[in-house]
Amino acid sequence: MSENMLHDTSILRLENITMQFGGVVAVDNLSMEVRPGEIVALIGPNGAGKTTAFNMITGVYEPTNGQISFEGSPVVRNHPRGKISKMYAGQNADLYKNKETLSPSVDRLTALGMARTFQNIRLFKSRTVFENVLIAKHLRRTRGFFSAVFRLNRDEEASWREESLSLLETTGLSAVKDENAVSLPYGLQRRLEIARALATRPRLLLLDEPAAGMNPQETDSLTAFIARIRREFGVSILLIEHHMNLVMDISDRIYVLDFGRMIATGEPREIQNNRRVIDAYLGVEEN
Amino acid sequence: MAFFRKHIKTIVPILVLYALVVVLDLIPGVPMMLLTVLKKGAIYSLVAVSMNLLNGFTGLFSLGQAGFMLLGAYTYASLNISSGLKPIVYQYYTPLFRFSITEVLSGVAGSAGAVLGIVLSLVIAGLVAAFFAYLIALPVLKLRGDYLAIATLGFAEIIRALIQLEALAPVTNGSQLLRGFPYFRGLFAPFLISGVCIFLIVLIINSTYGRAFIAIRDDEIAAEAMGINLAYHKRLSFVISSFFAGISGAMLAMYQTSVQANTFKSAMTYEILLIVVIGGIGSVSGSCIGSFLFIAMSEWWLRFLDNSAYNIPGIPLLRPGFRMVVFSVLIMIMVLFFRRGIMGDREFSLSFFSKKTRGEGGRSDSRRETDE
Amino acid sequence: MNFIARWFPYILSGVSVGGQYALIAIGYTMVYGILRLINFAHGDIFMAAGIMMIYLSAVMPLGGAVLLVLLLTMFLGFSVDRIAYKPLRSAPRMSVMISAIGVSYLIQNTVAYLTGGLTKQFVEIPWISDTVTILGASTKRVTLITPALTIVLVVALVFLINRTKVGMGMRAVSRDFETSLLMGIRINSVISITFIIGSFLAAVGSILYFTNYTGVTYTSGAMPGLKAFVAAVFGGIGSIPGAVVGAFVIGICETLLKGMGLTAFSDAFTFALLVVILVLKPTGLFGENIKEKV
Repeated sequence: MSENMLHDTSILRLENITMQFGGVVAVDNLSMEVRPGEIVALIGPNGAGKTTAFNMITGVYEPTNGQISFEGSPVVRNHPRGKISKMYAGQNADLYKNKETLSPSVDRLTALGMARTFQNIRLFKSRTVFENVLIAKHLRRTRGFFSAVFRLNRDEEASWREESLSLLETTGLSAVKDENAVSLPYGLQRRLEIARALATRPRLLLLDEPAAGMNPQETDSLTAFIARIRREFGVSILLIEHHMNLVMDISDRIYVLDFGRMIATGEPREIQNNRRVIDAYLGVEEN
Repeated sequence: MAFFRKHIKTIVPILVLYALVVVLDLIPGVPMMLLTVLKKGAIYSLVAVSMNLLNGFTGLFSLGQAGFMLLGAYTYASLNISSGLKPIVYQYYTPLFRFSITEVLSGVAGSAGAVLGIVLSLVIAGLVAAFFAYLIALPVLKLRGDYLAIATLGFAEIIRALIQLEALAPVTNGSQLLRGFPYFRGLFAPFLISGVCIFLIVLIINSTYGRAFIAIRDDEIAAEAMGINLAYHKRLSFVISSFFAGISGAMLAMYQTSVQANTFKSAMTYEILLIVVIGGIGSVSGSCIGSFLFIAMSEWWLRFLDNSAYNIPGIPLLRPGFRMVVFSVLIMIMVLFFRRGIMGDREFSLSFFSKKTRGEGGRSDSRRETDE
Repeated sequence: MNFIARWFPYILSGVSVGGQYALIAIGYTMVYGILRLINFAHGDIFMAAGIMMIYLSAVMPLGGAVLLVLLLTMFLGFSVDRIAYKPLRSAPRMSVMISAIGVSYLIQNTVAYLTGGLTKQFVEIPWISDTVTILGASTKRVTLITPALTIVLVVALVFLINRTKVGMGMRAVSRDFETSLLMGIRINSVISITFIIGSFLAAVGSILYFTNYTGVTYTSGAMPGLKAFVAAVFGGIGSIPGAVVGAFVIGICETLLKGMGLTAFSDAFTFALLVVILVLKPTGLFGENIKEKV
């Protein structure tokens, strides 16, 4: 794929990403990108490899082969090594062979400027709404341990608290800021998770099935919320999702996976009318 | 200062407690048992809080506390045995340290020097424990849950076995005991040292690092996704916890006036863990209350159960050892039926009494903080 | 030949100690397999069996004493589960572990009370305490009996687990607790049987183990218990063959180290082995991999 990374203007770029578990190729040679300010959806039927792809982008899995770049610089890179190299069934195994492998931990990626939410909401359950957001500020600390302990970082703390409060204001959570996070209604918990991710000051927001378990009204309100987030925070968004209404309403572009391969990409309208996508979702008679 | 006004309801009871301690030190005729309980309780408070930092606030179930206490105790003792007593203490070996820090410093600066010497040795004791914690943290903290518990328990046992090696005898005196170092004479010193250390731990817990620890406890995966470096923060918590365990080990040495490896068995860690559980996992004041209650119960209040003179005629139930049986039954009842302990994860303060009926004593603090 | 003459006695006694550890380790590994609980009280149940043996053999013939010890230890294991673990079935795992530590504390203190904290002389059991000579090494007969008995018991246990209905229940519960409950398996009886079997084996191990030592005291269970636990982890906790292999490895290494004059290291070695295995392969030799899902 594109070798001229100097002119790469995308926020996120996947190149030849392959994930192989034992003999199973879960994601096969996936290349995709998210451009600044875009909302991009990754969809596909169950078992298509969306979650696996998402996990590689967020650093949970190390891809078997391929490269992921964030804002033009490679952050994840691998080629088939060790046990898997003999049974590798994907493509482009030689592309990254002579390059350094990159395998950052999840927190490194967040520090670089990509933050995520979880399909099954993961809030800090003993903490209040406000504290959940405040904790996300920790990675932006500029002072050391001893300044923090002896309160020599008052200015930093104060600005974090201010930012957190205004973030809760923007996301419509300030009325419940002192409630216990998990005592919130489901829809608000989702919102809080997004607010918490935003508190890390990301340029790319990764949403893992944000509408999972929501009714149509909640989904509509979430759709509007996500659109507003992009406007107000200027973040790019990549989401995986099953609710087609949400996907079609807010996505600028869509990538469709089936059996680990990308089968279509384009704007919502194109995807809706794409024969292969419809077949993948409805199933076709083997002939 | 704003800080004092904000925390007045916590500070007042603590000041009252310290005033009481000073009074007890000054008046003669205080029951010996009360003094023992208070002294030992103060020391156990510190180690319980240090364990709580790790187990309760960071969610790392570690059982290595006795090992780090042992390191602290041996460090303190070997650096402070008075040079006159060295030949008697180290009967079979030539001591490596020919000096005693406290003696050297008191020679220079009198009693201020002696105090400085003790403080310095306590810090060194903590640092030695912290150093070993730092070394083992990397492999051990990768483990989860009960595997971590067993690995740390194993490390404590390794430390206990190795410290008795002949090769280390010029420092540790082999399996013989170490004695002849400065010890506590009154109540005030142990209360002051423990108090300062616990205050430091509270500062850590309420700092942004403490929030990160709690985040890791609540949800490790989410914490990492929020940019919290798990390995670094777990290690930090482990090292801090061990540092204070080392200091409390040194204090235990001062309390016991002698040190021997066999006091620091895993049973000691279990006792500390039970204190933490009884006080409330995730509550600093709970750990302190828990230690005083635990020590008072096991050493004092149930003491009559060991005395066969109190037997009901015909039922020779009471004799030495019965106290501990009853005590362990009480502990089991606590563990089974009052699982959240005395304090749960709330903290003690005077407002606790007024808020308790509403069932959310701890929340009020965080609410005030957000208004800053 | 010289080499063999030098080391054979140690290997022999290592195999014997290993067999005794194996009998304890199975109890740990079975309980862990089913409840995901490190039963810290198991070492103390083992010690209690030794103490009961001393008291009972003083008042009745040896055969009766052995039988009664086995029964009472099984009952002890059963009651520990019913009283201290069953009320916490739905509680966090840490609570159950703390309860186990509490039980360990209780058993130790109770035994200390009964014995006055003294070390009690273990009984001379005729025939198995007799000295025999094998390949020029003289040893107690128990050294030879232990590994053989261990193997027989393990084979019987594996048969029980793989071929009987109870065993099927155990396998099901250890695979998936919730689903087994839904499938109508009587979880609590399965768990009780697990504890009873574990305690039975610990009692057998106890009688064999203490024959080689002069006395039993209330803390005697802690070390062998911990080592057997290490063996279970080494072999892959939850796996019975793993526990047996682990126990023999640890028993033999330990006695060889003692033979080299490194007695002080032998305890440290066991735990070092534990840490190494946990770091390199946390699931042990035969353990299954469980990964938390995001």
